[in-house]
Formats: sequence, structure tokens, C-alpha cells
Amino acid sequence: MAEEKEKKEAIPRQPMPEQKPEVRARNFDEVPTGQSPEMAIREAQRCMECKKPACVEGCPVEIDIPGFIKFVKEGDFTSAITKIWEKSTLPAVCGRVCPQEMQCEGRCIVGKKGDPVAIGNIERFVADYERKHKKASLPERAAPTGKKVAVVGSGPSGLTVAGDLLLKGHDVTVFEAFHKPGGVLVYGIPEFRLPKEIVFSEVAGLEAMGGTVECNAVIGRTVSIDELFEQGYNAVYLGVGAGLPRFLGVPGENLIGIFSANEYLTRSNLMKAYLYPEFDTPIIRGKKVITLGAGNVAMDSARTALRLGAEKSLIVYRRSRQEVPARAAEVHHAEEEGVEFHFLTAPTKFIGNEKGRVTGMEGLKMELGEPDQSGRRRPIPMKGSEFELECDLAIIAVGAGPNPLLTQSTEGLELNKWGYILADAKTGKTSKRGVWAGGDIVTGSATVILAMGAGREAANSMHDYLTWGW
Amino acid sequence: MFKIVKREEMAQGTVILNEIEAPLIAKKAQPGQFVILKANETGERIPLTMADTDPENGTITVIYMVVGKSTALFSDLKVGDGYQDVIGPLGKATHLEKVGNVVCVGGGTGVAVLHPITRALKEVGNHVTCIIGARNKDLLILEEKMRTASNDLRICTDDGSYGHHGFVTDVLREVLEQGDIAFCVAIGPVPMMKFVSKMTKEYGVKTLVSLNPIMIDGTGMCGGCRVSVGGATKFACVDGPEFDGHEVDYDGLMLRLQAYAEDEKKSYEEHLAAKGGKPCKIHAPVAP
Repeated sequence: MAEEKEKKEAIPRQPMPEQKPEVRARNFDEVPTGQSPEMAIREAQRCMECKKPACVEGCPVEIDIPGFIKFVKEGDFTSAITKIWEKSTLPAVCGRVCPQEMQCEGRCIVGKKGDPVAIGNIERFVADYERKHKKASLPERAAPTGKKVAVVGSGPSGLTVAGDLLLKGHDVTVFEAFHKPGGVLVYGIPEFRLPKEIVFSEVAGLEAMGGTVECNAVIGRTVSIDELFEQGYNAVYLGVGAGLPRFLGVPGENLIGIFSANEYLTRSNLMKAYLYPEFDTPIIRGKKVITLGAGNVAMDSARTALRLGAEKSLIVYRRSRQEVPARAAEVHHAEEEGVEFHFLTAPTKFIGNEKGRVTGMEGLKMELGEPDQSGRRRPIPMKGSEFELECDLAIIAVGAGPNPLLTQSTEGLELNKWGYILADAKTGKTSKRGVWAGGDIVTGSATVILAMGAGREAANSMHDYLTWGW
Repeated sequence: MFKIVKREEMAQGTVILNEIEAPLIAKKAQPGQFVILKANETGERIPLTMADTDPENGTITVIYMVVGKSTALFSDLKVGDGYQDVIGPLGKATHLEKVGNVVCVGGGTGVAVLHPITRALKEVGNHVTCIIGARNKDLLILEEKMRTASNDLRICTDDGSYGHHGFVTDVLREVLEQGDIAFCVAIGPVPMMKFVSKMTKEYGVKTLVSLNPIMIDGTGMCGGCRVSVGGATKFACVDGPEFDGHEVDYDGLMLRLQAYAEDEKKSYEEHLAAKGGKPCKIHAPVAP
């Protein structure tokens, strides 16, 4: 027993094969190229199969992690995916974009002494293997209940609700305002981090299970929520995302060449401006690019800029490295690719030329003071620290606020003082009968997996309602 | 697919009318609102304010000038063909109120957007004087419809080939001088809206303009359509597309509209070269 344990610890964490930084920084192909079955099995062998698995507690959708890893050890990848599907409809996505270091892997016991089991990489392998080989049978649907559910928004929380309620036998229609489903997974996260083919394949899975996806449907405009009820829907889930980009409010912000990260990424990802002129949507290809902010969206923007031909791509962040909210892997990848980080730096003004195009940014150096509401130390401008940076493209990635388009046009839906939808923390129930909400429109900008977790809770509560009443 | 049920060419083929099957949008749309259209899989999302709607037949009408590759692709669509995507109705509807004497000023394809607003303003009981302009007689659109929609129609052409020889602002001054105008709506090329607003400000006449900046989603998500109004940044897609004409930063808007001018020119030329054609000689907007 002791010997066996020693042997397990001896296996090092299996590296994820990746494109070389200097190569990938100039293409839009996915950065990690994926592990072989042998590597996945070897990595799985590092799992100690704890009796009380802390990793599962760290997972917002409570995937039976030791359960699926055990199947991987045995080389039974089909049983492994079936195990994951019990709890998650989007494993190929989560394996790629979850902040594992703060969730499952952050709690892993193996990680106490060394590197934690690479749960995300194994999950990703299992999902990719199934997508390629298509051996598992779709989860079985319960008998039809005759109840109709409308899911508004086809991002991670909406897709989770749709998947869960389809399985429980309800009739589900997902409404998406854009012309393609997937929400932030499609317009926001770049191809090199999450190939769109994966998202569309997950959506196709929902359709194969009997779900309907309607694009070009702006709920609140094309159809109102009350009209959905009139059309015979019994319950509605709102997972519309945050969606209103925040700007800095500094002079010169409307110059040409200054984008919200939402616009920059939507042009590149959803509209495929990176394939211009094959696709018709243009984008500004800056040579000297500044991205303001240091979350995942900022990393995506700065790395997209490199791929669109930037010679210099800077991240300008007003706090220090310690406060960077992005996933560790994203920061690491960005640095490898040559993104430069300017910490404790904040913009005060953008400068432009006679054509109204941005040519630079003026800023101030900051120092950290006492912690603010977010618990992070508040940046304070340092006197006399003015400086100027040249740029021909600036991307504002400082978060998003609630989009009022749907909430303003819906009676009886209570909002909090910031304009987010008030929803019960456990069930996602809103103040409006028959309406649930979850994801960024409730919490403000967060992660894919937290949105999925909220979707899971809401789906359970909606199922109770459809079965027993409000 | 959103099928085209009617297609008309106007202004010597430089302006196209499409009536499109979009029953959900037709049912909801109000004057002043817009849709976003995308021709095909690789196409751009283009916002166009609706020129008309027919809720009973489930159709909407858009009228656009062919100015680049995307509008050229639109104009290639025939009756029975369709747009891959049509999204709407978007933006706020025009606030319609009986205020007395109203003047509506339209230039170029702006006349198409002005038409349903003019009609609605008259329907709620206003006396509507309408001034429409074009570079010459052949480029003037919707004359008869505008005549029916208003109480008094005035026409201007830059070259004097029809109606008043000069700009819409010449006639507007006459109308404003006669006094008692409570409200003005101006829709057309940005310079026209700028000069109309400048003039109505002199006379203290409240003025509404409808903007058509570059946008992607049309639902408040990208901020590409931001425009400075009264010193505050507004999103034309959700806060507009109509704004107080006296508060809009037109110069900033004109600059932002040029963001992709070079790309647009190049891709239009390449598109035409691929088709073996030549660009329309007449595709510049009407001067103020």
C-alpha cells in the first residue's frame, strides 16, 4: 500500500502540449493541442480517489471527479464522459475555460505537497475524445411532461438550464439575440482558447436531445416575457449576461481605435474579422496596442491583438500583479506570447490626431492603499508620475454592467441598485412569477462555470415548480 | 431566412427598396425603430431604420443606398431570395405627440426613414410641413408618399432640376421665419442634420435627429455606436437612434463613421472587380 502510494506520487503532472509561443501568437488555432490517451491515463493515475473528495466540493456543478477519473485510469473514456454528463452539459468548454486553480484543482489533496491532478486537462481530453469518436449514448430523457420552458440567452447558464430541463422531460426553447448561439462562448472567448466548433457541437447536442434554439430573437424587443407566457410557456429562465460595456470616462475615449473589449472581441470572434476580407466585418489592426484591465477578457483582447499583427501589446492595470483577476494560465500564456504588463498604472486621457484616431494614452502611476469594498487594496494616484504611452489601438476591458434592454421592458422584475436582476441565491427565483434568472445578469461579470452552477440550481427549482407549482 | 417579397429600384438604381418577410418584427415595430440585417454567412451586420411595416402581411420595408460591399450584396438579392438574418425591432420608437405645427426635413435615403415618422406625426393631429431634398430630380425618392404623409411638401434640388434650387436649409429658414413651428424632425446625411439643427437652435425649435452610426449587435453590448450627446456618451442602439439635435456632437459622429473608410472602399472595389462591374457613379450622400 505504502509502495503503491509512493509510486503514484512519483508520476509528475503531465504537461499539456501547446503550440510554441512565437508561432501561436500569430495564428488563431487553439493554443493547447490536447493530450494523448496515454498522457490522460497517466495523469489520471495521479488521482488518489479520496473518500471525501475536496475537488468535488470545489466544483460549482459538483461533477463526480474521482468517479470519472477512475474510468480514465481504466481507459474507459466512454464511461468517463457519461459520468461527467450526469452533472455537466459543457465539459469540453469547462475543461478549457474554468479557473481550475481556484476550484477543483485548488482543493486537490495531491496538490498539497506538489502539483494537483490536472482535472481540467483530463476533463477536456474525455470530452474531446467523445466528440471525435461519438461512442457514448446521449443521456436518457425522462417521459415528456408537456411543460414548455423558454430560456433567454444561449450562454453557459442558459445552455445548462436547457440541458437539465430537457433531460427532465420538458419542452425547451432557447432564444438568442445574436445570429449564432453560444453567448459569451462565441462572441467573447477567442478561437485560440475555445474553438467555436466545440460550442456549436455542444448546442447541436441539445438539439439532438429535442431542444429548439431560436437565434435573432431579442427578448424584450422581438417578443416580451409576458408574451412568452401568452404563447404557452410555463416557465422562463433569464440568462442574458451582463453585456453593457463599461468605459473609463476619461477624455478622448470616443476616438477611432478605442474599443470596448466586447466590440473588439465580437468583431474578431463572432463576426470573424480575423478572417477579413473572407468575412466582411473589418477590424482595426493596431501595431501598438494597449489593453486596459487585467481580467480574462483583457488577456483575450491583448492576445487577439498580437494575432492581428500587433508589434507591441500592453496590458495596463491600475493594481499590482497580485490583484490580477485573470486565470493563472491566461496570464502565463499572455506573457509567453510577449504581452507586456504595466502594473500600478492608470489612464487619464487618450490623445488623437486630426482624423480622430487614437495616437496615445496619458496616465499616472499608482500605489496601493487600504483595501476597498472588493477586499483588494485601492490604487491611489502618485503625484508627479504622469507619463505617456503611444498606441494606435486601445481596448477597454474593465468589466460590464447590466444591460437594461430586457429588464426595462419587463414589468414586475425587481432589480438591485446596480440594475442586476434580484434572484434568490439558492434557487434563482425572481420577483416575477414563473421567471428565474442566473449568471452575469444576477451576479455581475463572473465565470462560465459559476454561470453554469447558477443554471443548475435554477433548473432544479424550475423543475420543482413545473412539477408542484410556485 | 427572411424572404424578400418585393424589390424596387429608385434614384436611378442607386437606392433599393426591399420588403422583407419578418412577421414578429412587423408586429412590434414602431416608427423610428431599426433592424439589423445580414445577407449571408460571411456578411456584416448592417443597421437600417425601417421605412415601413405591414403587421397584417408580416413584412417590413427597408430602403438603402448602395455605398459599399455589404449594401451591394443586399442589392444583389432578388425577390424570393432572402437575408440570412434580420434582428429587431431595435432602438427606441419616436415619441409622437400633438404639438401643433411640425416641420420634417429629409435628405437622401433619410427621406425613407422620415416617411413613417411624418405620417405618424400627422396622424396624431399635427400640421406637418415637409422639406425633402436631393442632388437632382432623378435622385429624389418617395415624393408621392411624402406628399400624402404631410400637409405641405416642399422639394429642393442642389442643381435646381426640380423644386427649389438649393439646400433644404434655405426652405427651412423660410418656414421657420413664418413662425409658430413647435417641433422639427431632421433625418439625412450627418452634415444636413448638423446644419438643420444649427438653424432650428437659432429659432429655439426643438429638433429630433435619427443617427445611424457603425454598430455590431444593436442591443447595447458593444458600444461601437457611441456618440456624444450633450457631453455624455450615449449608445445609439439603446439610447437612440433618435436624439436631441441640438446636443449631438456631429463632428465626432462624422469622424467615427470614417473608422473603416479605407477598408470599405477597398472591399467594395474588390467586390465589384470580382463581379466585373464598376461602382455606381452616384453614391455620395446629398450635401446639406
